Amino acid sequence: MINVQHLSKAFGPKLAVNNVSFTVERGEVLGFLGPNGAGKSTTMRMLTGFIPPSSGRVLVGGHDMVEDPIPAKRLIGYLPENAPAYTDMTVYGFLNFAAELRGVQGDARKKAVYRVVETCFLDAVLHQSVETLSKGYRHRTCFAQAIIHDPDILVLDEPTDGLDPNQKHEVRGLIRRMGEKKAIIFSTHILEEVEAACTRAIIIDRGQIVANGTPVELKQRSDVAGAVCLRIAKVAAAVVSQKLAQLPTARKSAVLKEDAAAVTARVFPQPNCRNGELAVSISDLALREGWKIEELHTEEGRLDEVFRSITLPDTTKEERK
Amino acid sequence: MNSSLANIWTISKRELAGYFASPVAYVFIVIFLLLTGFFTFMVGGFFERGEASLTMSFFVWHPWLYLFLVPAVGMRLWSEERRLGTIELLLTMPITAWQAILGKFLASWLFLGLALALTFPVVMTVNYLGNPDNGVIFSGYVGSLMLAGAYLSIGCMTSAMTRNQVISFIVSVVICLFLILAGWPPVTRMLEIVSESPRLVEIVAAFSVMTHFDALQRGVLDTNDLIFFASMIVFSLFTTSVIIRGHRAG
Repeated sequence: MINVQHLSKAFGPKLAVNNVSFTVERGEVLGFLGPNGAGKSTTMRMLTGFIPPSSGRVLVGGHDMVEDPIPAKRLIGYLPENAPAYTDMTVYGFLNFAAELRGVQGDARKKAVYRVVETCFLDAVLHQSVETLSKGYRHRTCFAQAIIHDPDILVLDEPTDGLDPNQKHEVRGLIRRMGEKKAIIFSTHILEEVEAACTRAIIIDRGQIVANGTPVELKQRSDVAGAVCLRIAKVAAAVVSQKLAQLPTARKSAVLKEDAAAVTARVFPQPNCRNGELAVSISDLALREGWKIEELHTEEGRLDEVFRSITLPDTTKEERK
Repeated sequence: MNSSLANIWTISKRELAGYFASPVAYVFIVIFLLLTGFFTFMVGGFFERGEASLTMSFFVWHPWLYLFLVPAVGMRLWSEERRLGTIELLLTMPITAWQAILGKFLASWLFLGLALALTFPVVMTVNYLGNPDNGVIFSGYVGSLMLAGAYLSIGCMTSAMTRNQVISFIVSVVICLFLILAGWPPVTRMLEIVSESPRLVEIVAAFSVMTHFDALQRGVLDTNDLIFFASMIVFSLFTTSVIIRGHRAG
């Protein structure tokens, strides 16, 4: 549905987006990750036709966003950053206006407005002026505007920004459900959101794509992915690390925490180790040694760690300058 | 074509509703009517003149009233969109930038037209007291409306330049003031002294709204004058579209 080819955007001498290419198909939910100022919003603005790219092209449902914008824009529902809305209108008036511009006519329009009001829980404020809304309600009003024409494509710039935890949960669920039938791109800097709602994630840093894969794939790039974490009661740390070091399946081990009650250690597998092999050999070792295992699990890897390892080193370098 | 008219109308409706949702519309209309009344009867000497005409007592003040009132109506058109960020919503809708520009402009123009129409008691008064040439009055109204449209299109342009309404207001007042003064004898005389080129003076004076408005308020409904105002509107709105495209291109 969305095909982005070698997209770049320069603001003066600064390259905000640099040669970005990706595609999103129906049924996919693409999470767009990156530190602040990485070029997420600029990319989304080019996707939705708000700003023209400096080079490259955006195809939406086969229509070029620059050459043939109207049919392309028709397919998209867009929630811009900070969820703007006309403050002098009521929620109903605003949604009705959006539906009208989207070409939803007559009875269908009324139905569409009530459908999104229900989906976004706006009943209580339907006839209230947007100006008087709390941030959460205003956000949901703008979200409602984006889905009012039941678009095939949704572009959401930080859809959960400013929502309370319950609302965040609700919106993630909504995105996941809608993602079954639509192509969705949403940006965020909340990593748990990616795991909760995305089928695929792209990490963008200083205008460039630095990682692209499913959340599971990305997590496996983490250093701790595949490592086994265990806690053993009432045993000396020195003994534990000595025994663990002798395991043929272990590459190295580290004691994370020790006190009188227990020792917590992390064991990293040999590169050729099969899934679960390390954990099995550790539990065998524990049986032999008579260790009392309080906890034992294989780590999936952590997205935040991957995110930091990919994006942090250079940003801190820049900050130092 | 039909859908583009529908889009323009949708945007106009929203804009008009916006005026009336806030006190802006009512404050504007009341002040406009009070000022026109004051200038017509107290300053313009409507009664003392003893002639059944609105030219010198009523219409003559319009360029000066509009100088401050029209930029006040136009200043929010685009700067408000930029301040709220709604411009991003509006321009990612399946409409063209032209439809948005035209829709907003027409809404404000319609609003000014409404305020102007509410001066009808003056027309009734002059008809009650004497036998005026209603053709001249009609021509004066047409001129006044065109003048308001021209000022408004300039306000539209300056409001696209900035997200600050005050700056938008001041810049458009200055431009409108220039358009009034360009043909004013003291200014043309000064230009003659400074430039020594009669051609330049002629060109500057040709930009004056006063000569064109004068003709219309005297009842000379000349297409030249109408074309002058219309082309000023088209030019300013075109510049607006260029400015908006410039923002988006970064």
